[in-house]
Amino acid sequence: MKIILHVWRQKGRDAEGKLVRYECPNVSEHMSFLEMLDVLNEDLTARGEDPVAFEHDCREGICGCCGFVINGVAHGPMPGTTVCQLHMRHFKDGDELYLEPWRAMAFPVLKDLMVDRGAFDRIIAAGGYVSVSTGAPPDGNALPVPKSDAERAMDAAQCIGCGACVAACPNASASLFTSAKVSHLGLLPQGQPERHERALGMVRQMAIEGFGACGNIGECEAVCPKRISIENIARMHRDYLCAAFGERPHGETGSAG
Amino acid sequence: MNLDSRIPSGPIEKKWDNCRFDMKLVNPANKRKYTVIVVGTGLAGGSAAATLGELGYNVLCFSHQDSPRRAHSIAAQGGINAAKNYQNDGDSIYRLFYDTVKGGDFRAREANVYRLAQISVNIIDQCVAQGVPFAREYGGMLANRSFGGAQVSRTFYARGQTGQQLLLGAYQALERQIHAGSVKMFPRREMLDLIVIDGVARGIVTRDMVTGRFEATVADAVVLGTGGYGNIFYLSTNARNSNATAIWRAYKRGAAFGNPCFTQIHPTCIPVSGEYQSKLTLMSESLRNDGRIWVPLKKGDTRPSSQIPEAERDYFLERRYPSFGNLVPRDVASRNAKMVCDEGRGVGPSGFGVYLDFADSISRLGAETIRERYGNLFEMYDLITGEDPYTTPMRIYPAVHYTMGGLWVDYRLQSTIPGLFVIGEANFSDHGANRLGASALMQGLADGYFVLPYTIGDYLAQSKPAKADANHAAAREALDGAGALTRKLLGVKGKRSVDSFHKELGKYMWEYCGMARNEKGLEHAQGKIAALREEFWRNVNVTGEGEEINQALERAGRVADYLELGELMCLDAYQRRESCGGHFREEWQTPEGEAQRDDERFSHAAAWLYQGAGKTPERLVEPLAFEYVHPSQRSYK
Repeated sequence: MKIILHVWRQKGRDAEGKLVRYECPNVSEHMSFLEMLDVLNEDLTARGEDPVAFEHDCREGICGCCGFVINGVAHGPMPGTTVCQLHMRHFKDGDELYLEPWRAMAFPVLKDLMVDRGAFDRIIAAGGYVSVSTGAPPDGNALPVPKSDAERAMDAAQCIGCGACVAACPNASASLFTSAKVSHLGLLPQGQPERHERALGMVRQMAIEGFGACGNIGECEAVCPKRISIENIARMHRDYLCAAFGERPHGETGSAG
Repeated sequence: MNLDSRIPSGPIEKKWDNCRFDMKLVNPANKRKYTVIVVGTGLAGGSAAATLGELGYNVLCFSHQDSPRRAHSIAAQGGINAAKNYQNDGDSIYRLFYDTVKGGDFRAREANVYRLAQISVNIIDQCVAQGVPFAREYGGMLANRSFGGAQVSRTFYARGQTGQQLLLGAYQALERQIHAGSVKMFPRREMLDLIVIDGVARGIVTRDMVTGRFEATVADAVVLGTGGYGNIFYLSTNARNSNATAIWRAYKRGAAFGNPCFTQIHPTCIPVSGEYQSKLTLMSESLRNDGRIWVPLKKGDTRPSSQIPEAERDYFLERRYPSFGNLVPRDVASRNAKMVCDEGRGVGPSGFGVYLDFADSISRLGAETIRERYGNLFEMYDLITGEDPYTTPMRIYPAVHYTMGGLWVDYRLQSTIPGLFVIGEANFSDHGANRLGASALMQGLADGYFVLPYTIGDYLAQSKPAKADANHAAAREALDGAGALTRKLLGVKGKRSVDSFHKELGKYMWEYCGMARNEKGLEHAQGKIAALREEFWRNVNVTGEGEEINQALERAGRVADYLELGELMCLDAYQRRESCGGHFREEWQTPEGEAQRDDERFSHAAAWLYQGAGKTPERLVEPLAFEYVHPSQRSYK
């Protein structure tokens, strides 16, 4: 089949970008979306033009590298699917598709469909962990974890950090991403000691990075390739509020002596 | 040069203890004065960088991805082994050690394997403490499953995303150290050379993949955790950007390359569908616990699977290996799948596929149980192929998955260049000629959390290196060399794309240095690769410029290295005149068609030492002694 693409081309961070039209004449239904772009890039190379830059790595939907907006939808039309797993059998001959990078102030465009998602790492660095150093922790079975808790923690922990939630959100909020980590650790006994500080630190960092606030619209959940639930955002807000109003501010220690 | 494996003295269960006691310690107050470079942020590199940071070293961590969380360890599905014996089914450290040495077909170093089995139990404890959401039983205890060829249930897992969860655990530990300031992270940097000053590794040269700037960074020691080189085959289960450049350039600086021909072909991957195919997707071999592998009895039987009656199906693994059945080790399962397809009994449009059928398990256990165990894998299969494995058997075929070869390291994970340490898949150790399922995650984390942090301290305490200078002549030379190579790639301006060279190389490697190898084919392949390399430097077309994001340029540098490494792999396969594990030389097989080792002549690791461009590298030998597990013909009958 033949697919018409309009691809966002932008030379660098500060350059101006524009949509450029390309034709992909021999697209097989078994190709993945990225394989179609591979073929396009081979054609562009043969013509001496600059290939389209896009991020990708594992191509099995788990590394979180890939992602762009297809006709206004992050990762395209199939729910629960990254673009690397999106196959062309879901499109039809003559389809016209507009490909754009994630749009968010906190995700500056680096080139074409590539953006800088370093802000996500800084949110994790602000508390998305259990502070346990390598050494000799207690035996793995010393602390039983109810199966349902482990399952719900795993549901949240599946987040691949691709950034689709930010791209889909009208406020460019990173609430789904941040709350997935707050929930993963907050649901497990290992995460309890730092639960409130974690919520405070990560939510604060999210604001510092320039992500917007959550408006409960739910676009994030709709595009999330791992189907992370917005229930996590509610949990994050709860932890944040408890931490902000109910807990001793960070750094204030017990009585002197 | 002689290879000194530095295996500690004493009985095998005491060797690691003895070694740890013998090692010199760095005074805690002095640790921050030592700078360590860690390249790669997968399970090995990420866990090492985090742990070294916790210990107080000044760590500089480099990754070619945008974030340390992207490393390809993330894609490991099935699980991680540990000799916990939680299931009371007779597992022990000794049994895990025994299984790993045997599974590797007696081509691994016993002392390393024993240490790996010992440490396996600590890894689980560490990861649980980090909050890795392992699967649990209803009572809250950790769940286990049996996996790929093991007759005990020692595999810990987090659905089909164990690698992801373990990597995120290491990544979070790393981010904690980045936050604390003990680790400085350099994302989107590709290592292009190793800086060796006075015979000692002292730094690396990198290219900033956003600005194109070359940078020389010096340190007191360098750690490579840069993964394997399976992508040399073009089609593999590796991530597209996984590459051999870091270890290959270190090889060209004097780090010997161990057993380059030892490649693992994984039996359960989704078959190739067309020329445009960019990678192969693994279906976790945990599926073999409940799936039955079969092909039609008759050649050229094109009926749909549902119309082939039971009596006309050949469950070839169950037939040939009654005691292990569908759970034989990966190399055996792969070779048998190739055999039945070569006989003309393969299934699917290409004829290169076998069925993995869940019908029996679904009728025995119910679809719900199967969904709970493999739901996400079934979904992934459906996404890619458009077929529903609950109703139609999966089609699978072997694909390149892992490289047991890598830079040679001694017991302390140091390469033949002092100060250069190599961990995880990037090194050659522990798995011998074939890796067992759920052992890669175990080795990566053992090296990174629990081995390297000790052994590098001993190196630093003893060598007391003088401060290196980024303006040292050797650093300048490496920096200039990396720039010159890049300009050369951009300057060829030929007619063929980088990918077209890579694809052609991959076909030679798969054909002649893949699941079965022979003398003639390997000779032929070496000639073909040399000719392709010559054409590459004359006719490659790398578009764009050096001072910008240029993905074609990145790939070109990697393919240039593959074009050299491929020849070395063929040479190693040629010289190893025996079959062992994943290295199957057609000339050496038992009457039943199994790999026939030659322990008299080849009970050793081969490590190749670079001698300069155009010269045949020197083949060094590390003899392997088996004092505990007596070498025998592997039998899974």
